[in-house]
Amino acid sequence: MTQTVLWLAQRVTAAILAVCVAVHLATIIYAVQGGLTAAEILGRTRGSTSWLVFYSVFVAAAAIHAPIGLRTVLGEWLKWRGIWREVFLVFFACALLWFGLQAVIGVFA
Amino acid sequence: MSRWVAHVHRLSGVALAFFLPLHFWALGNALQLDSFLAWTQQPLVKLGEWAIVVALAAHFGGGLRVLALEFLPLLDWQKSLAAVAAAVTLAVGLALALAL
Amino acid sequence: MRVLVKRSSAVQEFEVPRHPSQTVLDVVTYIQRKLDPTLAYRYACRVGMCGSCAMTVNGVPRWTCRTHVDKVAHDDSLQIGPLKNLPVIRDLVTDMREFFNKWARAKGQFEGARTRHDDFEEISPETRNREAVDAGIECIGCAVCYSACDVVAANPAYLGPAALNRAWTLLNDVREKENSERLRAVAGDAGCHACHTHMDCTERCPKHLSPTAAIAGLKRATAKAALKGEL
Repeated sequence: MTQTVLWLAQRVTAAILAVCVAVHLATIIYAVQGGLTAAEILGRTRGSTSWLVFYSVFVAAAAIHAPIGLRTVLGEWLKWRGIWREVFLVFFACALLWFGLQAVIGVFA
Repeated sequence: MSRWVAHVHRLSGVALAFFLPLHFWALGNALQLDSFLAWTQQPLVKLGEWAIVVALAAHFGGGLRVLALEFLPLLDWQKSLAAVAAAVTLAVGLALALAL
Repeated sequence: MRVLVKRSSAVQEFEVPRHPSQTVLDVVTYIQRKLDPTLAYRYACRVGMCGSCAMTVNGVPRWTCRTHVDKVAHDDSLQIGPLKNLPVIRDLVTDMREFFNKWARAKGQFEGARTRHDDFEEISPETRNREAVDAGIECIGCAVCYSACDVVAANPAYLGPAALNRAWTLLNDVREKENSERLRAVAGDAGCHACHTHMDCTERCPKHLSPTAAIAGLKRATAKAALKGEL
C-alpha cells in the first residue's frame, strides 16, 4: 500500500517537475545572457508573487520527488532498508523544503 | 539501450539530490555578495554548472521516458528513442546556451 | 571452434567442430556425447517450444536450440554458462523452484467463478481486456526474462517479470473471481513497483512478449485501487 502511494507521488511530482524544470531552464538561460549581478537578479525577482508561488511549488515537488528516488537507490545499491532509512529520508525531505523555501523567500519576497 | 538510459537516469538523479541542497544554500549567499557571484565565474565552477545542467536534462529526458512507458500505450522502442532524443536535444541546447 | 563452458567446478575449454546451421544446443550435446559425458545440461523439445534449454550464451540468456552458432560465435569462440539469477544444481542446470514459487506468490493461478454447470463466458477477442491478455498469454515459463533482469539480481525478493506478466494477464481475465488479492500480491517493494524499466526482459523474451508493458499495467492498476481505497 505504501509503495503504491509512494510510486504515485513520485510520478505526479515528476509531471509537475517536468513543467517546472522546463520553465526554470528557459528562464535561467534568458536571465544569464550578458552576465549576472546580485542587484540585477533581485531587481527582477523581488516582490513577484507569481514567481514566488511557482518556485514554492517547484521546491515542494522536488522535496517529495528526490527522497522517494533516493529511497530506491539506498535500498538497491547500499542495501539499506528498514525504519532508519525512512527516518533519514523524511529528514532529507524536510531539509530540502526548509532550505528551498528560505531561498525562495530570500529571492522573491 | 534502455538499461543505459535507466543507469544515466539514476546517476543523474543521485547527482541532483546532492546538488540541490547546495543550490538552495548558494542562492542565499550569491544574492548577498557579488563576490560570491564572481567566484562562480571560475572555469571549474562553470564546468560544474554545465555538468549539473546536463544531469538535469538527462534526468528530465529519462523521466519522460519512464512516464511514457508507464502511462502511454505506445510501442516500446519508440518510447525509448523519443525521450533520449528529448534529453540529448535539451542537454546540447543548454550546454551551448550556457557557453555563451 | 573454442567453447568455454562454465561448470560447477571451473570453466572448461573444449574444441568443437563447426557445421552449417548448427545451434548452441548442438554444441552442448556434442560436448556431452563425444568429449565429456559428465557435463550436465537440460533440454527437451529442441525445437523452440518448451524453453528447457535456456542458458547464458556470451553473457546473454537465450534458448540454445534457437540460437545459431553463426549468429553468436564471433572469432570462432563461444562462452556458455547456466542461467543467471538462479541457483545452480550442477554445471548448466539451474534450480527453477524459486522462479515458480514467485509465480505462485504473484497469484499466477487462474481461479474462475463459474462451474461446469454454468454457461460459457463469452469473451470477444477485440475487447481491451482480452487484447491485454493475448499480448502476454504465450509465456512458457522459460526464465530467460528472469535471468536477464537487473532488479532480480539486485533484489532477491523481487517477483520478476514472468510472474508479474502472468499476474497481469489474469488481472485482465474477466472470468477471474477475485482480483483484489492479486493486486495486493503484486504491489510493493517486491512487486511491480520495483521495476525500473530497464527493459531487458522485453528485449530478451524469445516469444517477443513485453513484461515491461504488463508491469506498467500493474502499476496503473494498483495506483487506481489505492486511490479508491481498495488496496
